[in-house]
Amino acid sequence: MITLEIDGRTVQARPGQTILEAARAAGIRIPTLCYLEGLSPRGSCRLCLVEVANWNGKLVPACATPAEEGMRVVTGSQRLKELRRMVLELLFAERNHICSICVSNGHCELQDLACELGMDAVRFPYRFPGLSLDASHEKFVYDPNRCVLCGRCVRACSEVEGAMTWGFAGRGVNTLVEPDLGGPWGESETCTGCGKCVQACPVGALAERGVATAEQEKRPQVLAEVTERRPRV
Amino acid sequence: MRRLEVLLCSGTACLSSGAQEVKKALLSSLAAHGLAEEVRIVETGCMGPCELGPVMLIYPEGTFYIKVRPQDAEEIVVEHFLKGRPVARLLWREGAPSPQELPFFSRQRKVVLSNCGVIDPERIEEYIAAGGYEALGRALTEMSPEEVIEEIKRSGLRGRGGAGFPTGTKWELVRKAPGGEKYVICNADEGDPGAFMDRAILEGDPHAVLEGMAIAAYAVGAKSGYIYVRAEYPLAIRRLEEAISQARKLGLLGEDILETGFSFNVELRMGAGAFVCGEETALIASIEGRRGEPRPRPPYPAQSGLWGKPTLINNVETFANVRHIIQNGADWFSAIGTETSKGTKVFALAGQVRNTGLVEVPMGITLRELIFDVGGGVPEGRKFKAVQIGGPSGGCLPEGLLDVPVDYESLRGHGAIMGSGGVIVLDDSACMVNVAKFFLEFTAEESCGKCTPCRVGTQTMLSILNRITSGEGTEEDLQRLEELAQLVKSASLCGLGQTAPNPVLSTLRYFRDEYLAHIREGACPAGVCPALIHYRIDPELCRGCDACRRACPTGAISGTPGSPPYRIDQSLCIRCGACQAACPFGAIERLPGRKG
Repeated sequence: MITLEIDGRTVQARPGQTILEAARAAGIRIPTLCYLEGLSPRGSCRLCLVEVANWNGKLVPACATPAEEGMRVVTGSQRLKELRRMVLELLFAERNHICSICVSNGHCELQDLACELGMDAVRFPYRFPGLSLDASHEKFVYDPNRCVLCGRCVRACSEVEGAMTWGFAGRGVNTLVEPDLGGPWGESETCTGCGKCVQACPVGALAERGVATAEQEKRPQVLAEVTERRPRV
Repeated sequence: MRRLEVLLCSGTACLSSGAQEVKKALLSSLAAHGLAEEVRIVETGCMGPCELGPVMLIYPEGTFYIKVRPQDAEEIVVEHFLKGRPVARLLWREGAPSPQELPFFSRQRKVVLSNCGVIDPERIEEYIAAGGYEALGRALTEMSPEEVIEEIKRSGLRGRGGAGFPTGTKWELVRKAPGGEKYVICNADEGDPGAFMDRAILEGDPHAVLEGMAIAAYAVGAKSGYIYVRAEYPLAIRRLEEAISQARKLGLLGEDILETGFSFNVELRMGAGAFVCGEETALIASIEGRRGEPRPRPPYPAQSGLWGKPTLINNVETFANVRHIIQNGADWFSAIGTETSKGTKVFALAGQVRNTGLVEVPMGITLRELIFDVGGGVPEGRKFKAVQIGGPSGGCLPEGLLDVPVDYESLRGHGAIMGSGGVIVLDDSACMVNVAKFFLEFTAEESCGKCTPCRVGTQTMLSILNRITSGEGTEEDLQRLEELAQLVKSASLCGLGQTAPNPVLSTLRYFRDEYLAHIREGACPAGVCPALIHYRIDPELCRGCDACRRACPTGAISGTPGSPPYRIDQSLCIRCGACQAACPFGAIERLPGRKG
């Protein structure tokens, strides 16, 4: 076992466990967005950044950094709070996150994070890119205007379902999640219609058709449940 | 009998200014005068003064000709080769026929570039004649891998790709990493605007890189390696392929090298032009056939790199240093440079400097020596303003810091970085806000889009800078810009985002008054930002020739031919400057500040 310190508490971790896993096991909450149990960590949203005091205060993503012997981790300093709030503001400013007209209103991880981190206003100009909605699939709808590019759908599709329908296209602020190298989702030759991507999506970018907002509650834990039942290789 | 050798620079710059045509003309003149057997033309790698190309060096006496045109060939052959009188008008400076007499060359210290411009890079025999592959032979037959690592560690060599990580330590980490299979990767994805030292090394001395990689592979215990080179470097790719196949034929690469039992194979991988693929984890993802995106470190490539195996990844220039260290010893190498930065560094001089091109100087040289002695200073009639060092990840340093020594720590301490070695000299015609915007536009465009701070943060910074340069900025914007810059720097996933704010932060630090002039006075002091300048026709100088009115694309100028002065309607003027360029009397001036 590895012994490390998180927020002054001595915590144990198995070799290979991440800081986030060690913290959760000890009941210490670190905000996350692109992380989802059952999927490989991506470390891209930067909301789970923590400071490692004995690495000169270096910031590392808790979800993707293996716990190491003797590590002294700080998860909630003033610096981290400000930084997370700013990252969240950037995510809100990037596309269209008007909660009142979103299918995920009331059960959205982005919205919950804003409440948790006390983000009451966005100081940066909204970009509102005006992307076109894809309602071609018979069961689901994809609205890239709500997408936060966390890649949970991409990983659920490739790592759990094995279909590899979703992928990233473009780069920088023009990055888009697309099915089958672009083109309508409904015409996808690889999509199995399993809906794991929809359950994995933390926001209202992927949603079920014909289901009212109030009934749209997702079950992202399904990915962990599915993978846990699989034989380990 | 060979009497003379003409070393003709065939780097990309000289090729684009016509070196091949010069060669053809020389060959036909030589044939016409019956000198074909007496004079040999050698196509070499980059000699350095790229702006003066095509350049050539004639041995044995060492005459250096610049800006040679095909039509000069006959005169060179008749006057110089036949009659022995160098063609004075083609010399760089009157009375200084040889390079050693020119400060551009005499202030340099060529280690990595010692073969560039001297040997024919397409002939392995020339490389071997210049001592090539001796170091590999020595390492394989006289030294243990641990001894090689120890030698590199003692030399003090640090990564030349930008971050300056101690090379020997990196090698040791890979050597000690558990795992049977290991890889060596050469990072040749040179992407900084204005930097071309890696290209020059690959084009001018490809075997030096291969030899360095082979020694590294022996030291860390790898059997295969990759060179990740950008597809935009076709000549470098061709010469590398040629070099690999020649080295294989002689048993210097491949199986059982020099019959020592050590095997090392190298393959090329072409990059598709994404700047982020110069970041080591993104580069590895790209070699593996995945999207070129970085991933969080740790684990570092030394622990888990290519296909999850321990991987050594070094830059072109780093590998090119290795053979010299093994051949001449760590003490020789560490005697060059400063306490913490050993050896030399190759810089690409660009911008408003007389001698643009490629130079290699000892670490610790001051910026002033680099720019004014080697670079020749800013062109006549202009004043030095700043130097942008380290490319889009670097910073702008003002005149007051010209005596800062060029080493990793000093540059970082002042908000710039060594980076890959791009040096862009700016004169008083540059607007520093605009310069910062230029570099940020580059990094925002090249952001892969994976992490939030870099993807959205750089774009948001850019929109703030756009507001400032168009005269709509506020002092609150400046504060927001700084906050964002700090966020992107500290919270981004990889080096691209972590260094992207440097041009903004350094210009805010040293040229804040220029930002404030844009915001408070609505004026661009350098007269660059179109929204914050205006043009004026001097009534004293205007002769009413009508040229400006005809040049104006928006009909903003009115007047009657022959009855000056003409007038500019500021509400119609788009500040394109066409009138100023058209005026034969210099009557139109560009002034800072809005008008009308």
